[in-house]
Amino acid sequence: MMDFLTPVTWADALAVKADRPEAVPVAGGTDVMVELNFHRRRPAALLDLTRVPELAAWGRDGDVLRVGAGVSYTRLIEELGGLLPGLAAASRTVGSPQIRNRGTLGGNLGSASPAGDGHPPLLAAGAVVELASVRGTREVPVADFFTGPKRSVLAPDELIAAVLVAPADGPEQFAKIGTRNAMVIAVSSFALALHPGRRSVGTGIGSAAPTPRRAPEAEEFAAAHLPWDGPGPLDPDLARRFGELVSAAAAPIDDVRGTAAYRRHSLSVLARRTLTWAWEELCE
Amino acid sequence: MSASNLPDAEAGPGPVDVVLTINGRTHVVRIEPRVSLLDCLRDVVDLTGTKKGCNQGACGACTVWIDKRRVLACLTLAIACEGREITTIEGLAENGHLHPMQKAFLSHDAFQCGYCTPGQIMSAVALLAEGHTGDDAEIGEWMSGNLCRCAAYPNIRAAIREVRDGVPHATR
Repeated sequence: MMDFLTPVTWADALAVKADRPEAVPVAGGTDVMVELNFHRRRPAALLDLTRVPELAAWGRDGDVLRVGAGVSYTRLIEELGGLLPGLAAASRTVGSPQIRNRGTLGGNLGSASPAGDGHPPLLAAGAVVELASVRGTREVPVADFFTGPKRSVLAPDELIAAVLVAPADGPEQFAKIGTRNAMVIAVSSFALALHPGRRSVGTGIGSAAPTPRRAPEAEEFAAAHLPWDGPGPLDPDLARRFGELVSAAAAPIDDVRGTAAYRRHSLSVLARRTLTWAWEELCE
Repeated sequence: MSASNLPDAEAGPGPVDVVLTINGRTHVVRIEPRVSLLDCLRDVVDLTGTKKGCNQGACGACTVWIDKRRVLACLTLAIACEGREITTIEGLAENGHLHPMQKAFLSHDAFQCGYCTPGQIMSAVALLAEGHTGDDAEIGEWMSGNLCRCAAYPNIRAAIREVRDGVPHATR
């Protein structure tokens, strides 16, 4: 019996996960190691994914980008900042440079924290998660991936292979509330994507519901009322109403980082500001 | 750091031999697979320069380099570092001569109690290589993963500025 499993190919990784479904996958380790260090969890087996080269790659796949689950936040910022500006902006707010050198997009999804910084921009961009096992591959929209706090649709024999996401076709923004700029778990966060070509709007709410979630009514409202025909200054009432609808889509709780009331309030502000910034960017 | 809330019966796998390259030297250590690089360095290899502050990735006191990139030893499995190049604060000086950043921390009094200093210095040298030292705000932003409870931050920034301006290629 092996207890520290170190596959060096993707096929081997899937075979190992099928054989040892209880094995806990480790990528950057920034979540798993805290659980080990504080004896919150003693997995019988760890599955080290850092030596699987397929996971660390990204590239174009037709009209979308396929970003390997093992791509670090540092690389999302440095290599994908132009194509996925919303995700890069969120990545810049993750932990510290040391954390960003290790933490990965796939690890963030695997932990499935409601506060994960990578989730809102993936929701706003309409990204899809590619899950794989020896049984095959399936694609799950990010909006359907999370099932509860730290829970997802990932099956015991599955691993997260990649995220499929279209390059930004308009302004993308991300904003986050915390007690300082660095080393902060979001009290609330919000991501916005404008798609001027098809006149639609994407949203993602973080840390204000049992899972990251979209704000569909706010999306529909903004898509219907933004002055797409003659871009000019944004009506403050429109931005305010958008903020209210985003806030109404949340289902926050009181916890150590903040109250439900503060989360609702801050979300309305974040939504109003990001819409204003994104609209200004569009008009430039 | 905290008492286990798991029964002993759930103890995991036993020790295995792991080969690590630390500061250019090869070490064979016998550790459980779930031991962090931080505990391995301090308790097994006896390199205690790397400090344990929070053990959860928040303070930066355990900053080391793996393959020249700064990471947190407390959030890294030692066994996952096989085949990688690990550098700790003990590996910065060459032939008994302190690294310019170490000298600058001394000359600028960039510490009081000194506990965070090894992590600050490992981060600061990496920061120079990363090229994010344009002004104090940028230095502050990119040193934000290293806390100093004595608040020696102004002196730490001064030390970094000195090395940035005096030794352009100070990354070893």
